[in-house]
Amino acid sequence: MKTPLLRRIGLTVAAPLTAGLFALIVSALVLEASGSPAVETFRVMLENGLKLETMVDTLNRATPLFLAGVAAAIGFRMNLFNIGVEGQYILAGFLAAWIGASVVLPGPLHVGLIVVSAMVIGGLWSGIAGVLKVTRGVNEVISTIMLNFIATGAIVAGLLPRAIEDPTATNQGTPTIAESGWLPNLNWVLELVTRDITKGRKLTGVIAIAIVVGVIYHVVLNRTRIGFDLRSSGMNPFAARAGGVPPKKMVMYAMIATGMVAGLVGMPEILSDNHAYDQGFIQGLGFAGIAVALLGRNNAPGMAFAALLFGFLDSSSAVLQVRSTASSEIVTIMQAVILLAAVVAYEIVNRIRQRDEVQRASLLSGAAS
Amino acid sequence: MNPRGKQTWKLLLALMAALSLIAAACGGGSDAASDDGTAEDTATDAAATAEDDAVEDEDGAMEDDAMEEDAMAMEADFNVGLTYDIGGRGDQSFNDSAAAGLDRAVSELGVTPSEAEPNADGSNRAELLQLQADQSTLVVAVGFLFAEDVKAVAPENPDVNFAVIDDAMLDFDNGAAPWGDNIAGLTFAEEQGSFLVGAAAALKSESGTLGFIGGVGGFGLIEKFEAGFAAGARAVNPDIVIIPQYITMAPDFDGFFAADRAQEIALAMYDQGADVIYHAAGGSGAGLFEAAKARSEESGTKVWAIGVDSDQYNTVDPSVQEYILTSMLKRVDNAVFEITHAQANGEFVAGNTVYDLSSDGVGYSTSGGFVDDIVDQLEDFKAQIVAGEIVVPTEP
Repeated sequence: MKTPLLRRIGLTVAAPLTAGLFALIVSALVLEASGSPAVETFRVMLENGLKLETMVDTLNRATPLFLAGVAAAIGFRMNLFNIGVEGQYILAGFLAAWIGASVVLPGPLHVGLIVVSAMVIGGLWSGIAGVLKVTRGVNEVISTIMLNFIATGAIVAGLLPRAIEDPTATNQGTPTIAESGWLPNLNWVLELVTRDITKGRKLTGVIAIAIVVGVIYHVVLNRTRIGFDLRSSGMNPFAARAGGVPPKKMVMYAMIATGMVAGLVGMPEILSDNHAYDQGFIQGLGFAGIAVALLGRNNAPGMAFAALLFGFLDSSSAVLQVRSTASSEIVTIMQAVILLAAVVAYEIVNRIRQRDEVQRASLLSGAAS
Repeated sequence: MNPRGKQTWKLLLALMAALSLIAAACGGGSDAASDDGTAEDTATDAAATAEDDAVEDEDGAMEDDAMEEDAMAMEADFNVGLTYDIGGRGDQSFNDSAAAGLDRAVSELGVTPSEAEPNADGSNRAELLQLQADQSTLVVAVGFLFAEDVKAVAPENPDVNFAVIDDAMLDFDNGAAPWGDNIAGLTFAEEQGSFLVGAAAALKSESGTLGFIGGVGGFGLIEKFEAGFAAGARAVNPDIVIIPQYITMAPDFDGFFAADRAQEIALAMYDQGADVIYHAAGGSGAGLFEAAKARSEESGTKVWAIGVDSDQYNTVDPSVQEYILTSMLKRVDNAVFEITHAQANGEFVAGNTVYDLSSDGVGYSTSGGFVDDIVDQLEDFKAQIVAGEIVVPTEP
């Protein structure tokens, strides 16, 4: 006897739906309390979000969020709490931008060099936390947080003066990468199905890399031996070890993989947007990625949805301010409420499922005896 | 880690993430409240006209000034998009100064404002500028971090004028030509204002020793303050001793947020005999004011501090007010107002505009009345600088 199909589907859909609804209600209350019209605010957000240009913004914003989410999720899947995505991508972004600016190569090679160096640097930096855990038993939460400080405060701040070309510039950064190291934008892909994209919006080419990363993540984790080992180490490390999975090796694999993906987080900035590392380099994506991984339940489609949702909300903050509809802070409040509500809702659904399982098991054993 | 521990971790993480998001929201919360009064009435109207053609607005403005060329209180019917840097209205500093200029333009010129600030990570600067350009004829961006985005967005919106504060917006590889016909850079002659507070410091000093605390050295901007300060002090007393000290060197920008280190440095300077210290160190200045208070109370003789950017007498804690001799004013508000005024008159000029003493772009404050006895001498120096008789150096 199985749990009825309808009930299972209902449970799967219930969590995100209730979380979304709850977030909507709380946001409406906050909006009305602060004197902004809730319905009008949601209408402006929706209307703006459906514009082609906003969709490009949303995709551009979602791309690094998704990559940061995948980076965090690789660790989460085997119970490694890598808080170090932040430092990993900033360090990788800085060094890759510097490397990219100091050479001129034929197009694909140049872009490839930047991408590969970012991944290698991210992987190496994250690998330090892995080595510390495997050899000395240092908790990765502590080591990755400390490595964040070292990466930004010591290495980037210490090396940046050497990379600076023009010491009198107001915005100090690495020199601009030569055009051969720019990734072409993908506007034409969207334009195949829609009208021309105007207003200077450019869909970042890194989105293609992000999709590839998402597919590889999904396939490796769910369809390969190493993915199975990784998941089983996460679910029950003792059982996994008994089953012949080498725990130390898995820690190293996971930490290096998470760092390699983290290295890609800064790529939209380096390859598509600014073509340099400077004071405007986006910070905080590593932590936003943790939120994306939590909301997306560590699976690729879920995280893609979460990244798009956060990207959409972020792009709404601009239009709400410019149109004087509501304060941009409402967007941050919405993101926070969605996240909290989703985690609570998933937890409740999990408990209901577990209870169902127990009932089923007891029914089965009752029938057998 | 056992499964129970895993869940606790997850909840903790979610809680931390959510709390940090809420904290970020609250950080800028003050503007939500202050905005509402003005936001209400323009909300519907701005939303309705948002898609409207920017050109129409511009035509309206043109007509207006043709009719009332000389009238002081003209009704300029166009939209100004003021785009703050992170922190936005309510930061008691740079952004607030820009907001004051916008408020003045609204009340004196009758323009319609729309204000915006980027996400906390600064990721959507370009999008904000574009949205502002959709409904405004003048977009003012506060801070040099907007420079690259303005260069990208301005060519897409040839009917909209853009101004960036604190960046010259000139293509120095191309004979210092403007980046575009619709791009202006608004910068300040910080050295001239610093000259006047340097003169004030030298006139007030009894020990003949002054201190200068720079927030971040090595990228050229703060050195202008030091050069002007030293020149002003020497104009009064050629033998004066000046102790300069920078808190950090670029690209380590912590020097603007290191009040504790500024306090240490200031105390050391007072130890070396300085009795007036000028800071160009942003938020670190609070440490200097604390040091001035501590040293004055401890030794019984008053030592002075000089503020920077805004009239710091009005923004600091009242307990240290009496130690602030004067402040070097960087009138971002005037720059915002002037560029709006120029736009209203159809006199927008592309390229770099330097706001100096002659246009009241920089100056000194008299709050507290501590410099009342030397105002005549300071005004005399000011007149000489404006007349070009004194040329203030920009490098120490």
